[in-house]
This record gives sequence, structure tokens and C-alpha cells, in this order.
Amino acid sequence: MATGDLALGQEQGAIKARARIINDFSINVATVNGSGSQSANSVLLKSIFGMGIPVSGKNLFPSNIAGLPTWYTIRASKDGYVARTRDAEILVALNAETAKQDIEALPTGGVAIYEESQNLKQYRDDVACYPVPFDKITAAVCSEAKLRKLVRNMVYVGVLAQLLSIDLTVVEGGLRKQFAKKQKVFELNFGAVKAGFEYAQEKLPKQDPFMLEAMDETAGKIIIDGNAAAGMGAVFAGVTVVAWYPITPSTSLIEATTDLLKKFRVTPEGKATFAVVQAEDELAAIGMVLGAGWGGARSMTSTSGPGISLMAEFAGLGYFAEIPGVIFDVQRTGPSTGMPTRTSQADLLSTAFLSHGDTKHVVLLPGSVKECFEFGYAAFDLSERLQTPVFVLTDLDLGMNNWMSEQFDYPDKPLDRGKVLTAEDLQRLGSFARYRDVDGDAIGWRTLPGTRHPKAAYFTRGSGHNDAAGYTEKPHEYVALMERLARKFENARKLVPAPVVVKDGSSKVGFLAYGTTDFALRESRDQLKKENDVDVDYMRIRAYPFAHEIHDFVASHERVYVVEQDRDAQLASLLKLDLPAEQVVKLRSILHYNGLPIDARTITEEFVTKEGL
Amino acid sequence: MATTTPTATPGPKLNHIGLPVIEYRGGKSTLCAGCGHNAISERIIDAMFEMGVEPERMMKMSGIGCSSKSPAYFMSRSHSFNSVHGRMPSVSTGAHLANHQLQMLGVSGDGDTASIGVGQFVHLMRRNLPMIYIIEDNGVYGLTKGQFSATADLGSKLKTGIINDLPAIDTCALAIQLGATFVGRSFSGDKKQLLAMLKAAISHKGTVMLDVISPCVTFNDHEGSTKSYKFMQEFDEPINEVGFVASFEDIAVDYNSGEIYDVEMHDGSSLRLRKLHEDYDPTDKANAVRTLMEAEEKNEVLTGVFYINTEKPTFTDLLNLVDEPLSTLPESMTRPPKEALDRLMSSLQ
Repeated sequence: MATGDLALGQEQGAIKARARIINDFSINVATVNGSGSQSANSVLLKSIFGMGIPVSGKNLFPSNIAGLPTWYTIRASKDGYVARTRDAEILVALNAETAKQDIEALPTGGVAIYEESQNLKQYRDDVACYPVPFDKITAAVCSEAKLRKLVRNMVYVGVLAQLLSIDLTVVEGGLRKQFAKKQKVFELNFGAVKAGFEYAQEKLPKQDPFMLEAMDETAGKIIIDGNAAAGMGAVFAGVTVVAWYPITPSTSLIEATTDLLKKFRVTPEGKATFAVVQAEDELAAIGMVLGAGWGGARSMTSTSGPGISLMAEFAGLGYFAEIPGVIFDVQRTGPSTGMPTRTSQADLLSTAFLSHGDTKHVVLLPGSVKECFEFGYAAFDLSERLQTPVFVLTDLDLGMNNWMSEQFDYPDKPLDRGKVLTAEDLQRLGSFARYRDVDGDAIGWRTLPGTRHPKAAYFTRGSGHNDAAGYTEKPHEYVALMERLARKFENARKLVPAPVVVKDGSSKVGFLAYGTTDFALRESRDQLKKENDVDVDYMRIRAYPFAHEIHDFVASHERVYVVEQDRDAQLASLLKLDLPAEQVVKLRSILHYNGLPIDARTITEEFVTKEGL
Repeated sequence: MATTTPTATPGPKLNHIGLPVIEYRGGKSTLCAGCGHNAISERIIDAMFEMGVEPERMMKMSGIGCSSKSPAYFMSRSHSFNSVHGRMPSVSTGAHLANHQLQMLGVSGDGDTASIGVGQFVHLMRRNLPMIYIIEDNGVYGLTKGQFSATADLGSKLKTGIINDLPAIDTCALAIQLGATFVGRSFSGDKKQLLAMLKAAISHKGTVMLDVISPCVTFNDHEGSTKSYKFMQEFDEPINEVGFVASFEDIAVDYNSGEIYDVEMHDGSSLRLRKLHEDYDPTDKANAVRTLMEAEEKNEVLTGVFYINTEKPTFTDLLNLVDEPLSTLPESMTRPPKEALDRLMSSLQ
């Protein structure tokens, strides 16, 4: 809120004599899917970023090609908060169908910008209304009728720029970058921005407290979505085989990966050092990943819930036959088709135990775009080191939305290709047994097909096998194998990304969370400090199997709230399986699962209620 | 050349890369005595030996079922992957992409291919992935004790008396229509034909799909079965006589060019198809499919090479891959340099 900034808007008579609200509000742009508002929203977001103000953007879109309502919210936050807020203070209502509902959702004191002819003022007398003749303004600057639908969106960028004091030169710079190679398109769009700006300057006296003021909080930072970041991670892991099947919200991860591979991984002779295969379904995609992983390639796929379900049988083969491969799961809501364009964290249990039998998997849980990149490459090292499929679990919110971030650091270690014997090694050793634990780390040595040594070959199977990879149905050989796999998984606790201690002070109460819940939880902790004077400890989990530090964190607190975005408390359930019985009783849950990203207020309210504060 | 160096005691016969046939053998078969699959394994061993395939440069793939166990019974010196039911094609695709310098032979069954695996089978054929895909086709599920599969012929009878009332999927017609570039059918009991077809398969670049009728002596070798030894001996109707001359063999054959269809294979070998049906042209895709459909109506089991295309680009060609295997490319070729990341970071500011 307007912390101490009590400058009165005397110079602008229309501003009510109350505190201005600077760099701390959200803008909600309501449009129709397919109307091309993405460019305008992106320019708006990047302009605020360009003013040095921490900003985040969220696209709330329907599972539809064109015609259904879509909302884009932009949050400017001087304190650097990037989670969704429940209410957006400023509405740009460009979808006639939802306009009434949209304006009714505004908080008192909010702002509505809308097409003049809509007369939305009739619904609210407690918000500032700015009617704009969008069509007239657009027609004046755009002679081609078929382009007007797109250009119209730039008019609201101009109106907002004037009303919120966005620096027009920053908008211009952003547009130039966006339309770098298309001067005419730039001119047309910037013309529309200017027309909106000038209209607002002339006809819309300021009657609300919301303002943007330049800060210095974004210098050196980048804006990227999680899918692009994860794809970048895979490319910097040296991925060579990518097999996938289109599914929202993971498709853009593969698209980003493919673009980068084409950019960086074509030899001077024009040959590809990679293969990208659009498979016939997710069963085939994971089959290709495991075939390639078995063959020694760094392979990956990316999918979402329904794809994960289809990959179940192969995931068990990968675990049991010990084959590397990386699977990105950009979570959306389920069960079944669920809400394909809404976010969720409800795939945790199904990925951790994906497949029948006693199967369990290493799951990495990035909590930022930077970690999408870092875990994106670390997953390949882990997978080849541990000789097992590794899952990277993000979600639609992280994957498909734009996030501000520190720049990504180049990997500081060379690739870890794991334990592979060459023909020379075999010459020296004489022979090898594929699944024998010769080093005491529960990981055998493998050979790759094509290794030119008569003793190199072994028989890979998903059926019972002994340590020499021979078929077996002998009880003791099966038990020995299952116990070694369990030891390997146990050892993985120390190899996966360690949890992050956000705060571990003297509080008796703690928070545990992972992934995108972090954004809201950090903000909620600040709310609790400010409003309730409690400083709750917080550890962010970054992988399964759980590191020992997580056990210690639970042990050192009286109550631990596990905050997550699913109905069934999946993270808490997984923790309960892992923790000693006397620790299990300490766990409480705060859950959010309506398809929208979790917000800080939800956590704060629930915590206050449950703690009786 | 396949000549042995003179020694005091004559050693075993060596092939042209200097290996005896024992180096192509595998573990002891656990299939039933008399199973057609065992005969096919023997022919694979012979073909690999005679063609001088380096065992370490061959990958053996399979799905699940009796047939899919058989890679354990030949070529122990080759890496082998017994995957999941019906999914050999995708695993093979991945393995090939990891190292496209290697050859690959996959063994599937009629259930593994035509029922649970028909989706992946279809797409493998479309891609013309370089591999030899063998269906050991007995029309029944053996390991689950004799249910019909989708290649069982209409009207054929189980031991229990159950009659199959659904039409068979003709995997050869399907493969031809979808884009496989070497398609044939043989019979596990026809040593000569099967061996020649396997040798030609090894010389081909692209998907080779061989449907090999392989009687199940336990569940489908009785009166009323159309996949029995007896039925095949009676109704096997070769469309051509398959001859093969490997590139390293120096054999001049006199033949009347009007009787032989001579195909030059990718490795310089010759596939010689002696015409048995008048003017059957194995490069004519539409005619091949029509011929198979007509044969089905006449209850004939056509065998031989139905279709061959040595020109069509393979999946690997379309991907424009580097010559080296992707699996062992050095880090310098797979991880972009720091400057690349720096550039990306500055473009995102």
C-alpha cells in the first residue's frame, strides 16, 4: 500500500486529496482470445520493467483457439512481489461479454478503462471510470481495416501510459525491440500508442491514485517464462534427442528447446547435432527417450498430466532397467483433461511413484525461472549419474508466464555422463556385470551399444534380472536388486538440489512449500510479520527424495504448515511417508486448488485462522 | 573374404570378418521344442554370420511375448533391449537416434505388433527408420495360453474349437501402404527363402518389414489353424524366388533378364527375385497391395519379397544428422559456449 508516500496531487486538481499509490497495484486486461492482445500486454509489461519497477505478468487464457474470454494481469510491486493478487485495481475492459462481471470484480477505489459505447459506469459509482472511443481512435491511425483488431490493443497501452505516467520513450524502445525488423509495423503500433496517450492527455483528467515511478530494481535482470528457461537448461545440458507430443502447457518448452537447438547446435557443415521427433503419442515419446538414453544419448521429453499418465509403464521400465532420460512435467489441473489452461501442483504423487510395482522416481522441483534453467541442465547429469529417469516438475504458472529474474549463470561444471565403460576399460577389466554394485554406491557400470569389445554387450529387460543382466525368477536375486535400487534412491537424497532455508530462526512454527507456491508464501510471511507480528520459519523444498535437512526442519519445529496447490495435500502426504511417526503429527496443510495461482492473502488468512492469531 | 588361413588343424569356418559362427550364437532357447521362432533365430544367426556383420555393431530389439524373448537366443555379442509390450518401435527409434551408425534388428510377435503395438508399428513404418522388423507370426498369444491375435485368419480355429470371426490384419499390406521400403513374408520352415530375405534385409537401408509365419506347436498347429506347419506346406505360394548375392561375393550368375528382377541394394549387394507370378513388379506399391488383397480372397498365403524401394530417404536422412553418433558427441559439440548464454541473457533484458 502507499507506504508513507503522502504527496498530495495538488498539481493535478482531479486527483483526490489522498495518498497516491505508487508502484504497487495490478492491471487486469480483459480481452477476447485470439484478438492479438499479447503484443500490447508484453509491451506494457516490458515498459514497466524498463522503468526499473519489479513486475510480473500472468496470462489467464481459455482452452480455445479464438473467441473465449482471456485476461492478462500485470502486477507492479515496489517490494518485488510477483505472486498473483486476488484483486486487480485497474481494469482494461475490452471484452463486451465479460465487461459487467469484470467491472463488478473491481475493488472500491479501482479504475476501469473501457470502450466508450459500453457505458460501464452504470454498474459502479465507486471506481474511477475512463471511457475511451477505442474504435474511433484506431480507425484514425490505421487505414487498413483488417489490422485494426490488432492495433486497437496498442491504444490502451497509450491510455495507460498517460494515466499511470509510463515513460513514452520506454514504450517506444520496447516496441522497437519487439518489431525489430518491421519498421512499418512499429510505426503503426507506436502511432496507436501515441493516439491513446494523446486522447487520455486531452480528455481523461486523472481521478485515481495509481502511479508508476521509475525505480532501479530491474537493472541487469531478464524477463523470461519458465518453459523457455527449462528448454534453455536442456540445451546447455547438451541434450541430443528430444521426443515429444504436443500438450498444453508444455508445448512451448519444446518449441523453445528446438529454436535454441537450431540456433546453437548446427555444425558449420549444416548438420544437426540433435534430433527432435514429434512422436505419435506420449507412450512413443517416452519410449524414444528411453531408447536414446539406453543408447547413450542425452534425451528428454516434456509433457503435462495426461501425458504423464500415459508414460507410466515406460517410467517403470526406466526405473527397473536403470535407463536415463529427463521428463519435464508442466503441471496443469486434473483429474483427466481437467482445466488444461489452469495451473496446479497435483502431479507430485503420480510422478514420484509413476508406474506399477515398487517404483519411485527422482523429481526436481524448480521454484523460479532461474531454477528451471539450472534444474533443466542438472536433471541430465543426475539422470546419467543415477541411471534412472528424472522428472522436472514445473507448472503452468511458472512455465507459461513471464517472470523477472537474475541472469542465468553458465554451468560451472562439465557434463557428468555417469558410469560408462569403454572398449579400453573392458580390455583392462576383461569383463563386467551390468548391475553389480562394484563401487558401493548402488550404481552399476554400463556400456553403450556399439562398444567394440566382445564382452561389451548385455541384455536389457524389464523382467527380473540378476546383476549380470541375466533373466531370473530367483527370490534372493530379485530382493537383492530391489534393495540395491532402494539404496540408490536413498543416496539420491544427497545428490538432488538441497532445500533452501528462507528463514530458520526461533519460530516454533514453520512453512514447507515447493515451486510457484514460493512467490505467494514469501509475500504472506511479510504480511504475517507486518499484520500479526509473527516471523514464521520457511524452508523451500527443491527435490524428491527429500534431503535430510527437511527432516531436521520438521524436527526442530512444533508445527509445520505445508502449503501447496492441490486438493489432496500431496506434498504433505509424500512427507508423511518419509518422516518418522512422531514428526508426521506436526504437519498441517494449507491448500489452494482452484486453477488460479495461489495468492499471499489466501495463505495468510488460513494460517491466521488455523493458528488462532 | 571367407577364407581361412592355413593351420595345422583346420579350425572352424570363418566369415569374411574372420569370425566363426559360434560368435553369432546366443543363450539356450527356453521356447517349446519345434517352435518356429527357434528356426528363425537359426536363420538370423546364419544370415548375420554369412553377411559378416560385426556383432557389436548390431542392436537387437524386442517387445514382449514368446517372439520377443528370442533375441536372447542369438548374437550374445550384440546389445539387446527387451522393452515393453507393443513398444519396440519407439525404443528402437530412440536407440537409432542415439547411434545411427549401428544396425538394428527387432523381433516382435503378432500380438506385440498387430494388437497392442499397432499404433507404434504404423508410425515406425511411416518413418522408414533403418531397421529390420521381424514379426514371428503364429496368430496366437502363447505365454497367456493361446488366445487369438489380430493376424489370425477369419474362420481359423483354436484348439478349444473357438472360431475366429474377425478379419486378419495383413501386416505386409499395412507396411507397404505406410511407407516401409522392404516388405516380405516368409515361413520359418523355408530355410532357403528366409535366409536369402534376411541377408537382403541386412543390406537394405530403411525399414525392412518381414512377416514370418512361425507355427506355435503348442497352441496353433492343429487342424483348422491357418498358421500351422501343415497349412503352410500346403498353401504357401511364393510370388518370387528370392536370391541374394552379397557385395563381397564374386559370383557371376547367368540368367534370363526377363525372368529375374534384379535390385541393387544400398551396400552394393544384389537381390535377385525370380518371377514366379507373371510380371510381378516389386517396386509397384499399389500393385503389391492389390496382389496381397487378392491373395487373401483366394485363401493363398503369398510369400516372397512384395515391395522394395531403395531410393526413399530414411528418417535419419530427413533429420540431417551429423555423421558421428549423437550419444558420444563431445561436450564441445553439445553444450553451447558461455558466449551463447551471454547473448541470450542480453537479448532478454
